[in-house]
Amino acid sequence: MTLMTVEGLGIDFGGVRAVDAVGFAVKPGEIVSVIGPNGAGKTTLFNILSGVYRPDRGRVMLDGMDVTAMAPHRLAALGLSRTFQNLQVYLQMTALENVMAGRHLAERCSVIADLLGLPASRRRTRETADIARGLLARVHLERAAEREASSLSYGALKRLEIARALAAQPRLLLLDEPAAGCNAVETEEIDALIAEIAAEGVAILLVEHDMKLVMKISNHIVVLDHGEKIAEGAPAEISQNPRVIEAYLGTQAEGGHALC
Amino acid sequence: MRLSPRTWTLIILAVLIALAPVTFPSAFYFRIGALIFVNGLAVIGLVILFGYAGQISLGHAGFAGIGAYSAALMPMHLGLHPALALFAGAVLSGGLAFLIGRPILRLKGHYLAVATLGFGILVFIVLNNEAQLTGGPDGMAVEDLGLRAVSDALGLGLRTAEVWYWFMGLVLLLGAFLALNLHTSPTGRSLRSLHNSEVAARTLGVDVVRYKLTAFVISAVYASLAGSLQALLNGFVTPDVAGFLHSIEWVTMAVLGGAATVLGAVFGATILTALPQALTVFQEYEHLLLGLIIMLVMIFLPAGLLPSLGKTLRQGESI
Repeated sequence: MTLMTVEGLGIDFGGVRAVDAVGFAVKPGEIVSVIGPNGAGKTTLFNILSGVYRPDRGRVMLDGMDVTAMAPHRLAALGLSRTFQNLQVYLQMTALENVMAGRHLAERCSVIADLLGLPASRRRTRETADIARGLLARVHLERAAEREASSLSYGALKRLEIARALAAQPRLLLLDEPAAGCNAVETEEIDALIAEIAAEGVAILLVEHDMKLVMKISNHIVVLDHGEKIAEGAPAEISQNPRVIEAYLGTQAEGGHALC
Repeated sequence: MRLSPRTWTLIILAVLIALAPVTFPSAFYFRIGALIFVNGLAVIGLVILFGYAGQISLGHAGFAGIGAYSAALMPMHLGLHPALALFAGAVLSGGLAFLIGRPILRLKGHYLAVATLGFGILVFIVLNNEAQLTGGPDGMAVEDLGLRAVSDALGLGLRTAEVWYWFMGLVLLLGAFLALNLHTSPTGRSLRSLHNSEVAARTLGVDVVRYKLTAFVISAVYASLAGSLQALLNGFVTPDVAGFLHSIEWVTMAVLGGAATVLGAVFGATILTALPQALTVFQEYEHLLLGLIIMLVMIFLPAGLLPSLGKTLRQGESI
């Protein structure tokens, strides 16, 4: 049973084919990585899948339902959540509020109740705060709960964004370079966290440049170059694939070991 | 028990409202106080729009105009009690904000500012030109709300200005209470998240169009009530209530006090309502001064006077 199926997806920016004829499938609990050199179209692909961009060609199926070009907030309601390569944390809110805001769909309440501060509204806020504290603990940020996000370190913000995405209780989680800019210890923590989330049955689509991380945790890898899929398969196959090595290192490549 | 910032803000406001009259040498000051609260109410509405949701409006005086003329016209032509007219005006403004907000709020930044500016000016022009109904630029009289009568019936023995002062103080507290509740509520978090990052809010399920519209309608209702109450307080109304300068005054109050906080809104309203009364010599330069204040605050205290002050104090403590 596949959760998400992508078929012949393509988008053009002016005359540039940023993504073209990309297809793959993701099953629940599976970690699928999308790799490729800079500018290969990975983030663009994420933006299409999460509804931020409308594709020009192809379609996206979620649970057998056509969700191509659906608005982001409706995709979120169907269980899709994501993080951003260039961090889209709510900087002027506390770490706790960031994660709480991630539970928007579960906690939203009538405006009137919120204005009047009715018990229903306050109870939701309390429940959300409890759940958010749990998620902060999960990414080791429980001590930063009351701090404004703008005062947190880059690595902490990366983890905060994951916690916020998890607060939405996604079935499919899109992680755009979660380990970028993190040191070795932080990368290992994120690695363990991703594996844990997948073990709970959440499908994960991962864009990441840290090849060690990708090779270690992925079930399946999709390789993009110039917007096109040039290879797909298990980590062992991908690291030996000549086209992949060429895409990363150019034709002057001296060996295939650089990917591991 | 530790008190929440919400409770603190309400306590501070209530104490200030209750104690300020001690310093008032004459009934005139109660009138100024009531005017401050009227402006404070409108600016709290703008805090919800600017500070929570991050959307700008340069035309909210338009809604004040609708509120003010509802309070003036509905009792005269429909025989409605002014208190009912006040609510009818708020419903009218909210409905109109809902209708025009849908297309307008798709715009961002300067474009949104210009679109709202256009709306405000439209309302002003209509009020100015429909002279057979509104009295045109000369304005029109507004029926008495009957506050003094209620006060006398209760045997409070207050002068009209005093009654208005206490009544408006209560209204302001209520407005602050609602806005503070909203801040920490699910809706408030959604508004603040779309302010911080619209794309992230969207991917987390926030229907940004709907939430922007919610903030716009709420702030329009605040502005409309402020407009109605100002008309009822003055017993008279002219189209200037919907004028561009009135919108800019409110924006300046919000920016000066700190567009994101309720207390800042009241602070900004206090300074910019009281100052022109004290410095009547500068009346001709009011436009100039408002512009200057906005520029100086934006350059030196972008978070607004009150939050910047608070930050400096906190830093001082930690050293």
